[in-house]
Amino acid sequence: MKRPAIKDYLRESRLFNLRVGISLALVASLALILFVRLVYLQVVSHRHYATLSQENSVKPLPIPAVRGLILDRNGVVLAQNFPVLTLEITPYQVANMKALLEELGTVVTLNERDLKNFERQRRSRPRFESLAIRTQLSEEEAARFAVNRHRFNGVELRARLQRHYPHGGLAVHALGYVGRINEAEAEAVDKAAYRGSQHIGKLGVEQSYEDILLGEVGAEKVETNAHGRALRVLERIAPKAGYNLYLNLDIKLQAIAEQSLGQYKGAVVAIEPKSGAVLAFASTPTYDPNPFVNGIDTESYQVLRDNRDKPLINRALYGRYAPGSTIKAFLGLAALEFNQDPERTVFCPGWYSLPGDTHRFRCWKKDGHGAVNLHDAVVQSCDVYFYQLAVKLGIERMHSFLSGFGFGAKTGVDLKGESGGLLPSPAWKKARGLPWYGGETVVTGIGQGPILVTPLQLAAATAALANRGVRLQPHMARGFIDPKSRELQLFEPQPLEPLALQNDEHLEATLRNLTDVVHGAGGTARGIGLTAPYKIAGKTGTAQVKAIGQHEVYVEGAVPLHLRDHALFVAFAPVDNPQIAVAVIAENGGHGSSTAAPIARKVMDYYLLGRDRPLVNVPAGEAD
Amino acid sequence: MKLFGVYRIRIDRPLFFALLIPAALSLLILYSATGQNLDIVIRHALRLAVGFGIMLAIAQIRPETLARWTPYLFGLGVLLLIAVLGVGSVSKGAQRWLNLGVVRIQPSEIMKLAVPMMLGWYFARSSVPPRLSQLAVAALVILIPALLVAKQPDLGTAVLIVGAGGLILFLAGMGWRTMAVIAGLTGAALPVLWSYLHDYQRKRIFTLLDPTSDPLGAGYHTIQSMIAIGSGGFFGKGWLNSTQAHLEYLPESSTDFVFAVFAEEFGLLGIVILLSVYLYIVGRGLMIAFFAQDTYARLLAGGLALSFFLYFFINVGMVSGILPVVGVPLPLISYGGTSLVTLMAAFGMLMSIHTHRKIVAT
Repeated sequence: MKRPAIKDYLRESRLFNLRVGISLALVASLALILFVRLVYLQVVSHRHYATLSQENSVKPLPIPAVRGLILDRNGVVLAQNFPVLTLEITPYQVANMKALLEELGTVVTLNERDLKNFERQRRSRPRFESLAIRTQLSEEEAARFAVNRHRFNGVELRARLQRHYPHGGLAVHALGYVGRINEAEAEAVDKAAYRGSQHIGKLGVEQSYEDILLGEVGAEKVETNAHGRALRVLERIAPKAGYNLYLNLDIKLQAIAEQSLGQYKGAVVAIEPKSGAVLAFASTPTYDPNPFVNGIDTESYQVLRDNRDKPLINRALYGRYAPGSTIKAFLGLAALEFNQDPERTVFCPGWYSLPGDTHRFRCWKKDGHGAVNLHDAVVQSCDVYFYQLAVKLGIERMHSFLSGFGFGAKTGVDLKGESGGLLPSPAWKKARGLPWYGGETVVTGIGQGPILVTPLQLAAATAALANRGVRLQPHMARGFIDPKSRELQLFEPQPLEPLALQNDEHLEATLRNLTDVVHGAGGTARGIGLTAPYKIAGKTGTAQVKAIGQHEVYVEGAVPLHLRDHALFVAFAPVDNPQIAVAVIAENGGHGSSTAAPIARKVMDYYLLGRDRPLVNVPAGEAD
Repeated sequence: MKLFGVYRIRIDRPLFFALLIPAALSLLILYSATGQNLDIVIRHALRLAVGFGIMLAIAQIRPETLARWTPYLFGLGVLLLIAVLGVGSVSKGAQRWLNLGVVRIQPSEIMKLAVPMMLGWYFARSSVPPRLSQLAVAALVILIPALLVAKQPDLGTAVLIVGAGGLILFLAGMGWRTMAVIAGLTGAALPVLWSYLHDYQRKRIFTLLDPTSDPLGAGYHTIQSMIAIGSGGFFGKGWLNSTQAHLEYLPESSTDFVFAVFAEEFGLLGIVILLSVYLYIVGRGLMIAFFAQDTYARLLAGGLALSFFLYFFINVGMVSGILPVVGVPLPLISYGGTSLVTLMAAFGMLMSIHTHRKIVAT
């Protein structure tokens, strides 16, 4: 049936006005219900409630639950709770705050930071709430206060548990930290669950597993005097401690990873291929999370924030880097999958040009590799071979193949704030109103141009190669345990869409090529392969930071440090039974082979050979 | 109002002045409920000022323009809700905020306006009363955002979104029989919904039935707020004399339970005045709807006015112990920024509708 062309306005508005009238009647009757209810409370039962109000002497006080511990895969404690003596003030009970603070300052040390913190809290909280003025009192200070307590109405000494990270900055980018609940968070959480606790996970697993760690608040019924001071406890509901969280992280491996990066800014992510377990999640530089727990002071925070090396940035999780030649590990497989003859050779004179164009795309080896087939191109990381491969495959096919490895999308790791990197395509550029250039296809072949990956993505993609195409979601947490019943619950590995391969032999061939990168004669990472007692498959990469003009020459020593190339390396080992997949990015580290590969080797050595074996001194290899 | 003889600032004076009364009262009562913390009062005053500014700004936009933006606003809101869930999927905790670098927004708040706007826009395209097929589309418009919000989980806001949508359907002239069927279906679906509720949410409903069953936990709020209201009596204990709040028996005394402090200090007399002002605002809103000149404006104005009443009713109902504690603030008075902006934007739309009417001969 066709809709009538002309609306019946009169009928419509009559209907609407009728409904408005009914609404008005409904509003009036509901308001009447409220009114009757309030009359009942305030007039009819007034005496009853007035008595209750006067005799109101029992109030429930929350008992905060102990936050769950965070442990590494071997049970090493990474986050714990430390009893501290805290001095708290209830502003409502204080007549002259200034005088009180001055006098209190003669009994315990109150520095500028304590006073500022207190002032900030005082401004945003109702005045009858008790607020911390000093934490971590020494026993001597506590004793001195106890003796003088009568002089300080409204000040109480309390024993509280405070979050403490015993390893300081180690693994801070994985753990995160807790901090005081801010106003926005207070609005977003279930207030009842946070009665009595002032802290909430802000970053890392402390944030993403907040619910598991938090526990359930308890309460006690306390009889109070006319001023609201507690006299005695009548009834008690015990709090339920939070679950202890086990991570997949091996804290010793993590320490090796962070130490091996040394003074380089960068990231190391190690994943167990068969489970997706994140074994190491390093981002350097690190910082100490402990000052954040009770609110870091502005000056210290500014120092961290303005530090040129940006320690607060989680490079492993949302640092976006050009993958450089590490992308060849994946595009080498693409070549086979899209039916390129691996034996066909390409002549590399040291540069490549698109037909009908004079622009020269350079190979890292100035004099060229000569004739190379796919194997040699991967092993020696020949850029010219991959330039022509990229043109043959085309950007669309590279795009769809690489997205199969998870590039361009978040891995879904159990941490907040992950970046998905950037896997460019003509559609992506078109959405920005820009055309796709042929040259962009060319440079995508060597992992340059708009393409960006995170260290986590790179490690996950390498793990997918190691696991023969079966992809698992990277996971920080292994499980959690009820501290009372000791009942352990483990997280199951989460499978992702596996690689859709035409032929499994293509993958095996690719892995043979990658093994030769490390163990083969001309391999770019043979420096770490010579002494390795196990078989490694890997790929080096060097990502350009500074654009080098057509007629310029890149001379490492002549370029300022912060514009030097990033060094990358992806690897897994042992090749036949992969236990660990690693991605290393050392910012401005120069070459993947000389800087990044030895770092990966140290990490794999520790994991595969154990800490009782001396670490092999790893010689540096030839350039990318 | 003529300004420099060029531009007329569009403002509905009765509504404007009526809104000033609860705004002023809110400053008084917050001063008391926070134990005379002037900083909080000033912050609330600033938020009110921003809210009034937003209201006046929106009042200058023509309703036709609002209508044109409606589908985009709705679409954007749904996308943002999905984004919030995406970002928050790792945690089992509530994730309601979306951080866009400079501003942080709460998409569920946008939906409180976008759902009524979208329904008004949709029904305005064809004729009312809506046919069954239109109702099915309308159900999607309401339920998709509501489910996304409930998933955060923010049941309070989800209920408000469904409520606002339902009010529009009612105003649009949905048949009585359809309403009865929906009510029946909802009743039948309640056991299913129940199984989706979180433990703490179920507890709140049990508590409503018998607050003394859990006097330490969920019931404590209700008991203490009933004591506060009841002990206020007819004239109240007087400003700054709320013992329930000041001795910390009453939790959330400056946010969700601020009405109890008001009732304790100003008594039934104060409540009758406050209630009258709120009812006047609702009445003015319905009047604007009555005189509105097209379906979109009518439905939107009526829906927003009734939604305002719904917020008020739910809050006072929960504080006085006849509705479960769902965490809905008292409009205009509770301390807290986000819902205030949404509310003032809604009043801005009402003013826009009323002041942009075309003069027609009748």
